[in-house]
Amino acid sequence: MQKYKVSFPHIANYWVPMKILFSEGLDVEYVVPPPITKRTLDLGSRYSPDYVCAPFKYCLGNYIETMEAGANTLVQAGGVCRLGYYGELHEQILRDLGYEVRFVNMARARFSKPLIIYNHFREINPHMSVKRIARILPVVLKMVECMDEIEDYMRKNIGFEVQNGSLAAVYEEFLTDISQVRTKRELRRAYNRCKKRLRRVPLNVPQHPLRVGIVGEYYTIMEPFSNHYIERELARMGVIIDRWMNITNSLRPSRKRDIRNRIKPYAKYHMGATSMYTIGKALEFAKRKYDGIIHVKSFGCTPEMDAMPALQNISSDHKIPILYFSFDTQTSDTGIQTRLEAFYDMMIMRNEAK
Amino acid sequence: MRKAYLGIDIGSISTKGVIIDEDQALLAHDYLGTEGNPIGAVKRLLASIDEQLDHARYKVVAVGTTGSARKLIGAMNGAAMVKNEITAHAIGTVSLYPDVKTILEIGGQDSKIILIDNGVVVDYAMNTLCASGTGAFLSSQAHRLGVKVDRFGEIALRSKSPTRIAARCTVFAESDLIHKAQIGHSQEDIIAGLCRSVVSNYLNNVGKGKAIRPPLVFQGGVSKNVGVVRAFEEATGYPVTVDANSHLIGALGTAILAKKSKSETPFSFQITDINFTTKGMECQQCSNHCEVICIYRDNELVDAWGNRCERGAVRP
Repeated sequence: MQKYKVSFPHIANYWVPMKILFSEGLDVEYVVPPPITKRTLDLGSRYSPDYVCAPFKYCLGNYIETMEAGANTLVQAGGVCRLGYYGELHEQILRDLGYEVRFVNMARARFSKPLIIYNHFREINPHMSVKRIARILPVVLKMVECMDEIEDYMRKNIGFEVQNGSLAAVYEEFLTDISQVRTKRELRRAYNRCKKRLRRVPLNVPQHPLRVGIVGEYYTIMEPFSNHYIERELARMGVIIDRWMNITNSLRPSRKRDIRNRIKPYAKYHMGATSMYTIGKALEFAKRKYDGIIHVKSFGCTPEMDAMPALQNISSDHKIPILYFSFDTQTSDTGIQTRLEAFYDMMIMRNEAK
Repeated sequence: MRKAYLGIDIGSISTKGVIIDEDQALLAHDYLGTEGNPIGAVKRLLASIDEQLDHARYKVVAVGTTGSARKLIGAMNGAAMVKNEITAHAIGTVSLYPDVKTILEIGGQDSKIILIDNGVVVDYAMNTLCASGTGAFLSSQAHRLGVKVDRFGEIALRSKSPTRIAARCTVFAESDLIHKAQIGHSQEDIIAGLCRSVVSNYLNNVGKGKAIRPPLVFQGGVSKNVGVVRAFEEATGYPVTVDANSHLIGALGTAILAKKSKSETPFSFQITDINFTTKGMECQQCSNHCEVICIYRDNELVDAWGNRCERGAVRP
């Protein structure tokens, strides 16, 4: 019997818990996809329809790279926008290119229906043990939560490091640590150690630092390569970066009705995907008197495009500047750097004028 | 000896430079083509303003750069201030027109809108992904019509019924323009239509969702085109001010910022005799292949950039 070598395209650092989920929970070998680079994007855009959004291209390119690295079973997750259809399209394109791989499309899985998820997992490994997955799944979910919490701390503090890169170094070690973790207790120990070390990193926080909230589309906001590392670039100018969107928050039992009530003056109907969260969080950042908001999306992302008029109204009602970015397959940072610098200058000048 | 400040704005199409004194009065200025060679263009620029400056009375003590080659030229000149063009334009304009509320700017490759309230930038936007409706587009269409681009404005003003030309995208506009010419629209109507399409493209893209309030100041290379100025006035319903030196505002802004930086080192025009070269190389440490640019002064490495991570770092 051929050995299953499973892989899932990269998004941020979530490959660490993914690897544990697949290797420990499903008893299959997990191939960590090569990191996302320009080559990923080149491969992805070469074989993708031109007008499809950038996340599709990144995933396709990363599938090809991970097959080169030995994967023979590819997994695609579902999604709430066009993403839901991507699995099938990816599979077809890869088949047309002549790749013979197993493709497990979890687009139909619903987290509220454990049986369906179970059936999909069985598709990945028919010999899986329910006991194994039941033991590791809570650890993996908790791990994602810990990572999200630490990354949130990093975003808020990375701009004030006395020595550039010292927080990231602690975090890298944390990722190495947790790749060995198999129980919640081990996880808690690694998490506490990391927290303690993070708090020891010398910071130089000014009295009234600028605060910027980031909102936008699911993939582009989370995968730093696809947004040209704007969080890091902006933070380094000395800014607190706040971002709500991450895997933990997006998996939380939805409080959609809550959000809809709060944003009623700006949007009456649900516009799909992450658009309601985008509007809801932008409004919250505005009310909390942040200095600015950045909206990121992939070029042509319809739900986020629909959210923009609401953002413009929030911007003018609350006198908060919003910078809009649309990312496609361009790789030059120059224009992005110009806009970020100007945004920073503007926030400083607005504050001085107050 | 009085202090003077040099500001250089190196855009994709043109290179602009000014020298101002401590009261921001213009002592020297020039405007020339970048021609794809920013270092060469700046050397020519410096040679020209070197001649204009009264060296017996003034000494340049700080340099500011802006525009898309600001970093390169900043490294070359040891600039005290390297500033993005949005901030530079805002600072320059406000110094001349303290009441301005909206700055419209259309340059060679990009266009932007800057909203000002009480002399402070409160919002801005810049074209993304597409260069339609910019100076480069107008130049290429002028070439197609066999007209010099600097005559575009006066020809456009002669038109009684401007031709409708698609504004959404350069490619659509161009094919629309060709078809209209082929079915017999007059040249002046087409040119006037083109000016209108640039304006409606600008207002629909860059200006989308922004409250345009008077006074309006229009700058960048395209502001020299009276046809576009007229089209802006018609579309917004407000008078549009174009400064006689509207092409120099970015350079002026960065010179003012260099002055404000209070970081002073004597600047020598001898720099034009020094040999500056750049070398691009692809980092081979991973499959990202970052394009690292190294700047050499007389074969000595002075600066490098373009690497995403430490592994690709090149240090002087």
